Amino acid sequence: MKLNAIFRATAVAALLGATALSTAVYAAEVPAGTKLAATQVFKYRVLDNIRALDPQLAEDVDTAYVVNQLFEGLYNEDAQGNPVPGAAESYTANADFTVYTFKLRDAKWSNGDPVTAGDFVYGWQRAVDPALASTYAYYLGLVNVVNADDIVAGKLPLTDLGIKAIDDKTLEVSLKAPTPWFVKTLAHSTLFAAHKATIDKFGADWTKPENIVSNGSYILTENSPGERVVVKRNPNYWDNAKTVIDEVQFLTINSEDQGLTRWRAGEVDQTDVPAGQYPALKAELPDQTFSVPQFCTYYFSVNMTDSAPDALKKKEVRQALNLAIDRDVIVNNVLQGGQVPAYSFTNPNTSGFQMPEIPAASMTQADRDAKAKELVAAAGYGPDNPITLDYIYNTSEAHKKIATVVGQMWKEKLGVTLNLADMEFAILSDMRHEQNYQLARNAWCGDYNEASTFLSLHDSKSEQNDSGWANADVDKLLADAKVAADPNPMYKQIEAIAAEEVPIMPVYFYSKVFMQKPTIKGWPYNNVEQIWYAKDMYITE
Amino acid sequence: MLADARIERALPQEADAPPKMKGRSLWLDAGQRFLKNKASVVCLVLLLIIVAFTFIGPFFAKWSIETVDWNVTGAALEKGKPSIETGHYFGTDDLGRDLFARTIQGIQISLIVGILGSGVAVIVGTLYGAVAGYFGGRLDSAMMRFVDILYSIPFMFILILLLLIFGRSVALLFVGIGLLSWLGMARIVRGQTLTLKNREFVEAALATGARPMTVIIRHIVPNLLGIVAVYATLLIPEMILLESFISFLGLGIHEPNTSLGLLISEGGRTMQYGTIWQLAFPLAFFVVILFSFFFVGDGLRDALDPKDR
Amino acid sequence: MIVFIFKRLAIAIPTLLVLIAISFVLMKIAPGTPFSGDKAIPKEVLANIYARYGLDKPEWQQLLEYIWNIVVNFDFGPSFKYRDRTVNEIIAQGFPITLTYGIWSFVVATTVGITLGVLAAIRHNSWLDYLAVGFGIGAQVVPNFVLAPLLVLVFTLWLHWLPGGGWNDGHWSNVILPVIALSTTFFANIARITRSSMLEVLHSNFIRTARAKGMPGWQVILKHALKPALLPVISYLGPVLVGMITGSVVVDLYFSTGGIGQWFVNSALGRDYSTVLGITILLGALTIAANLVVDVLYAWIDPKIRY
Repeated sequence: MKLNAIFRATAVAALLGATALSTAVYAAEVPAGTKLAATQVFKYRVLDNIRALDPQLAEDVDTAYVVNQLFEGLYNEDAQGNPVPGAAESYTANADFTVYTFKLRDAKWSNGDPVTAGDFVYGWQRAVDPALASTYAYYLGLVNVVNADDIVAGKLPLTDLGIKAIDDKTLEVSLKAPTPWFVKTLAHSTLFAAHKATIDKFGADWTKPENIVSNGSYILTENSPGERVVVKRNPNYWDNAKTVIDEVQFLTINSEDQGLTRWRAGEVDQTDVPAGQYPALKAELPDQTFSVPQFCTYYFSVNMTDSAPDALKKKEVRQALNLAIDRDVIVNNVLQGGQVPAYSFTNPNTSGFQMPEIPAASMTQADRDAKAKELVAAAGYGPDNPITLDYIYNTSEAHKKIATVVGQMWKEKLGVTLNLADMEFAILSDMRHEQNYQLARNAWCGDYNEASTFLSLHDSKSEQNDSGWANADVDKLLADAKVAADPNPMYKQIEAIAAEEVPIMPVYFYSKVFMQKPTIKGWPYNNVEQIWYAKDMYITE
Repeated sequence: MLADARIERALPQEADAPPKMKGRSLWLDAGQRFLKNKASVVCLVLLLIIVAFTFIGPFFAKWSIETVDWNVTGAALEKGKPSIETGHYFGTDDLGRDLFARTIQGIQISLIVGILGSGVAVIVGTLYGAVAGYFGGRLDSAMMRFVDILYSIPFMFILILLLLIFGRSVALLFVGIGLLSWLGMARIVRGQTLTLKNREFVEAALATGARPMTVIIRHIVPNLLGIVAVYATLLIPEMILLESFISFLGLGIHEPNTSLGLLISEGGRTMQYGTIWQLAFPLAFFVVILFSFFFVGDGLRDALDPKDR
Repeated sequence: MIVFIFKRLAIAIPTLLVLIAISFVLMKIAPGTPFSGDKAIPKEVLANIYARYGLDKPEWQQLLEYIWNIVVNFDFGPSFKYRDRTVNEIIAQGFPITLTYGIWSFVVATTVGITLGVLAAIRHNSWLDYLAVGFGIGAQVVPNFVLAPLLVLVFTLWLHWLPGGGWNDGHWSNVILPVIALSTTFFANIARITRSSMLEVLHSNFIRTARAKGMPGWQVILKHALKPALLPVISYLGPVLVGMITGSVVVDLYFSTGGIGQWFVNSALGRDYSTVLGITILLGALTIAANLVVDVLYAWIDPKIRY
C-alpha cells in the first residue's frame, strides 16, 4: 500500500545500482600514496554497556554498532545511506514490489561454513519466534514481511513466515503489501542471518567470544560489558582482502565529559561532544570536531486526552506555548552543536520529503512572542489567572538545560509556571505511553528513510502516539498518502494541521556532534542514520 | 608527653563520674571548656556566619535562583565570571543562572539535610545502641539482628528505590538518609556501651539500686557523648556527601532547586572547560562547613569528656 | 566462640531470605519495567517477553521460584537487559573487578587511616595532630566524584602517567586511580575515629596505671591502648566494606572498570530486576559476613564482652 512514484523511482534506481554494484563493492577505499598507520586499531567510545551481541536481540544503538561489525545482512549502507550489497550479490523485485528474490554471494561464516539462504531463513524466523521474545520482533511486521505479526502473536508457526530458500544461494521474501523501500530496511540487525548449528549447540551462550560464529568482517575476541568489547578482523570474510582496520575496540565511558578527557589523552579515537562545548572545541581543533545531521527530531509531547489540565485543552494556549519557545536560543546558546530549529515534525533529511511551510517558522521571535501573549490573553489567562503546568523529562544534562530555559521563557513571556520533574527513562516512557503527564520531553528517530516513519506517530491508532491525539483528517491523510503517487501534499497538510493543533511542540532537529582523530578516514559523515562499518575505514599515520 | 601531663592533671579527681552530683555543673564546666578551645569557637562562629549569610545574602542578590541571564546563556566562560557589575557575585552556571543565589539555597538545603538527617540518626542510634549494649543477651542479639537485616540491604539501593517509589523531595531525602544511617551509630554506641557497662562506676550505680534505664540515661549516655559528638560531626558532612552522591546519580532534588552537592557535582563536571568558579564557590563553602563541624565536634568532645575533668 | 559463630550463621540464613523478599517487593513496587523504551512495544511482543521470563505468573509464585532457584541451583536467573548473559555471569565478571580495587582500597584506607589516627592521638594538639586532622579532612571534603575527574585531569591529561579509565584485565596502572579515589574518604573517616577513640583510651585508668608503673610510652600504646582503641574502628569496618562497594559506583562510572557498582546502578535505573536482586543479595551476604567478622574480632579484642 505504501506505493508511490517516488518509491518506484528510488527502488528502480537501487535495483539498477544493485546490478551495477554487483561487481564493484563498497569497501575501504584507500587512495594511492596514502601512508597507512602500522597499527590499524580503531577505538570507539560508547555511552552504555554493550548488551546482547545477538543480531536478533540487539535493540540499542551502541550494541547495533558492534553487531554491524560482527554480522552482515543482505544489504549494507554506504556513506550516504544508500543500500549496497552485503551478503547478497543482487536482487530482483516483482512488478508491485511484493516479492523480492536475493542472490547470495559465496561468503563464509567465521568457522568456514558457507553462508546459505537457509541461514537467513533461520535468522528471520528466529527474530519473530515468540520463544526468543525479541523486543524488535515487530520489525518484520513493520517492513511488511508476510505473516510476521501473526507469528509473533503465536497464531501461526514459524515456517509460515514469508521467507524461503529456493536453493542455497537464492532467497525469496514475500511481502504483504507493495514495499519499494524494502531493501533500505535490510541493514537492520534483526534481519541478519544466524548460524543454526552454533545456536543449537550453545543456546544463550552462543554469543560468548569462544563460541560465536559470525559472517561479518570482524569476529568477537573479548566481551567485558561495562568496560570494553574487542573485535578483530575475520579472515573468512569474503571481502577481507580489502579490509584495512585490524581491530576495533568499543570502550564504554558513561560520561561525555570523561570521554572527552580520555579522547584528549589519546585513549579513544572518537567520542561525543558534551552539550555546549562544540564552539570552543571547533575553534581549538577545527579539523577534529564534527557536527553532522542526524535522523531525529526533539520535541515536547502535549497531553491531548481528557486527562490534560484545562489550560492545555485550549488550542490558543498550546499555540502560545509553542510560539514562545525561542528555538534559536536553545540551538545557538544552549546546545551549540549545529542543531537546526524545528517548527515541524518530519526530519528535513528524509529522502523525497519537501519541508512544509509553517507560518511560525518565518516569523521573528519578537512577533512570535507578541502573538503568544495575545493568544494567552484571548484564552482568558493572564496575571490574575496564571497557568501552571508540569513538565517531565528523563535525567540528563542537556534535557535539564532545555527544560530550564523553556520554563524561564514561558515564565518571562507568558507568566506560565512550569514545574520540572526529571526521572529515569523507564518511568518517563511508561508515563508518556499512558498519557500520564501534561508536557513531556520526547524525541523520535526514523526507522527507515521515508516521511511516514515520523508522521505515522500522529495516527490515532499508532502505539507511538504519546500525545493521544486523535484527528480524523490526519488519519485519512495518512491512509491516502500510502497509496498516493506523490504523498508530499498529504504530508504538508498533516504538518499544517499539527502546527495548528499543537499535539507536539517540535524543538530542534538533531545533529551528531563528535570528536575524531584526524588519522581516521572513511567515516560516513553523510549517513544520517549513523550506520558505519569499520571495514570501510582506515587509519593513516 | 602531652598525654602524661593530662593524666597528671586528671589524677587528683580520680573517681569516675560521681552519679548524683554532676547534672548542671558538668554542662557548665563543659561550656567553659569549650569556650577555651579557640579553634572550636572560631569554627562555631564561622558556622553561625554562614547560617547568617544564608539569611542576609538574599537581600543583596540581584537574581533569583531560577532567572536566566540571557546575555550569558551559552557564553558562561566569557560572560559568566564572578562580577560585581553584573550582579553575579559568584558567577553563573552554564545557562546563565546566578550562582550567588543558587549557592545560598544550596547551603540551606545541604545544612538542613545534614543536620536533620544526622539528628534523626544520632537520637535513634544512640538510644537503640545503648539499650542493646547495656541489656545484652537475647535483647541485644535480637536488636542487633534487626540492625543486621537493615544493614544487609545495601544502603544506596533502598534509598534509590524509595526515591523512585515515592518521588523526590527534600523531606524524604533527609528522613530517609537519617533513618538509614542510625545503624552505624547504633553499632558504635553498642560497642562502646559493652565496654562501659563493665566499668566500676556502672557497677557502683547499680549497687546503689539505680534502675537500668536510669543507668543508661544518666551514666552510659553521658559517657558516650564524646563519641556521639564526634560521630555526629562525621555524620553531617557524610549526609551532605551522600546527598551530593544522590544528586550525582541524578536522583537529587528537582530543578530549579539545588543543593551544595548538586552544585559541586556540576562544577566538578565542568571544571575541565575553565568555568572553575562553578566549582570553587560551592566547594569553598562545603570545605568550610565541613572543617567547622569537625572542629566544633572536636571541641565538644574535649569539653564533654567527663574523665578529663 | 565456635558455638557463637555457628549461632550467627544460623541467623544469617533467614536474614538473607527476608532481604530477598524485601528487595523483591520494593523492586516490584517501583514504577517502570525493564522493557520500557522509546518505542512502545506491541502487546503481542510484550506478552512473549513476559512469558519468556515467567513474569506472567502470579508475583508470589515468581518470588518462590526465584528463591528456590537460588537455594537449589545457586541460579540468579537471566538478566532482562543483557539478554545473552545470566546474572551469575554478570556477577562473576563484575565482582572480581570490584573486589580487586575494593581490597586494595580497604588495605590502603585502614593502614593509612589507623596509623594517622594513632599518631595524631599520641601527639595530641601537636603539629602532627593538626597535619593529620587537616589531611584527613582535606581528603574527605573533596567528594569522590570531584576527586575522580581531578585525578584523571592531573595524572592522565597533564602528566600522562596513568590511563584515565578502563580495566585492562587489572593491569596495575588501571588500578591505581580507582584505589586512590575510593580509599580517600574512608581513610579520613578511619583516621578520625581512631584518633578520637585513642584519645579516650589514653585518658582511661588502666593506661594511667600502666604509665604510672613506668612502662615506656610506645609499649603502653602497642600493648594496652591499641586494642581497645580499635574497637570503634572495627565497628566502622563493616560499613566501610559496604561503602567501598556502593562507593565503587562513582569509580565504576568514571573509570569505566566494568565493576559491580556500575551494573548495580544502571540495572536499578533500568529496572533490570534480576540483576539488581542478584547484586543486592550478593552485597547483603557480604555485609552479613563482614558483620560476623567484626563481631568475632570484637570478642577477640575485648574479652570482657559476654555473649
